Amino acid sequence: MTVPISYYLVLSAIVFLTGLVGVLIRRNIIIILLSVELMLNATNINFVAFSHHFHNVTGQVFVFFALTVAAAEVAVGLAIIIALYRSKASINVDDFQLLKW
Amino acid sequence: MSLLFFLYFACVIVVTSVLVVALRNPVYSALALLIMFFHVAGLYVTLHAEFLAAVQIIVYAGAILVLYLFVVMLLNVKRDERYHVQAPAAAFLGLVLFTEIVLLAFQRTYQTGAAGPPEVESAGNTETIGEVLYSTYLFPFEIASLILLVAMIGAIILAKKTLAEPRQP
Repeated sequence: MTVPISYYLVLSAIVFLTGLVGVLIRRNIIIILLSVELMLNATNINFVAFSHHFHNVTGQVFVFFALTVAAAEVAVGLAIIIALYRSKASINVDDFQLLKW
Repeated sequence: MSLLFFLYFACVIVVTSVLVVALRNPVYSALALLIMFFHVAGLYVTLHAEFLAAVQIIVYAGAILVLYLFVVMLLNVKRDERYHVQAPAAAFLGLVLFTEIVLLAFQRTYQTGAAGPPEVESAGNTETIGEVLYSTYLFPFEIASLILLVAMIGAIILAKKTLAEPRQP
């Protein structure tokens, strides 16, 4: 018995929206970056599910590229966090309002 | 049987991803994310993407998460006392988007076997991915290596500059 594609869509929607809500409600920048990872993983689940469903390997190749971008994002994001912590000794998003209207 | 496996993986993925967002201590959040990565890899195995499952464990659990834990230990962060003030708005937005996606997902039917020549089950999974990656997607592959190079240089410069500044006077 195979799993319908809509189940995967709902699973990935739940994970993606958990990540979205996490970005909005947390104050810790590290948790915000972890929530972005959640969203990237949700899209990856979608890609692989559709790749399996259409018998086409292209979706898996795109997961590869998403993985590359995620790695780059983590490296740069964590470097920015360290730079912010050095300048203000805090990683609370409410403390960084320089660019806020 | 495969439905049973899917339900197990899906339940653990949903619970751990909610824990990542809800837990107050960043170290616990990162460890919950680790469990979630492993179960996503298991989901990939049930979808016949064995190579991606291995890459998921090696890259995500092995490299990215260790980097996160390293930074959490380095910064010695305190626990969050409360959530952001925009939490009700965020919950409302999430709920609305979720209903929309669920409605869309169950409304449409997706027909099989429409597109592309590369079949998943035609050869070994790794072999098929390699062939497609190095022929059709050769140029994006090279661009990806460029992105990694830029990220590496950017991370070094961002972390180094602030390190050197206090020693100047």
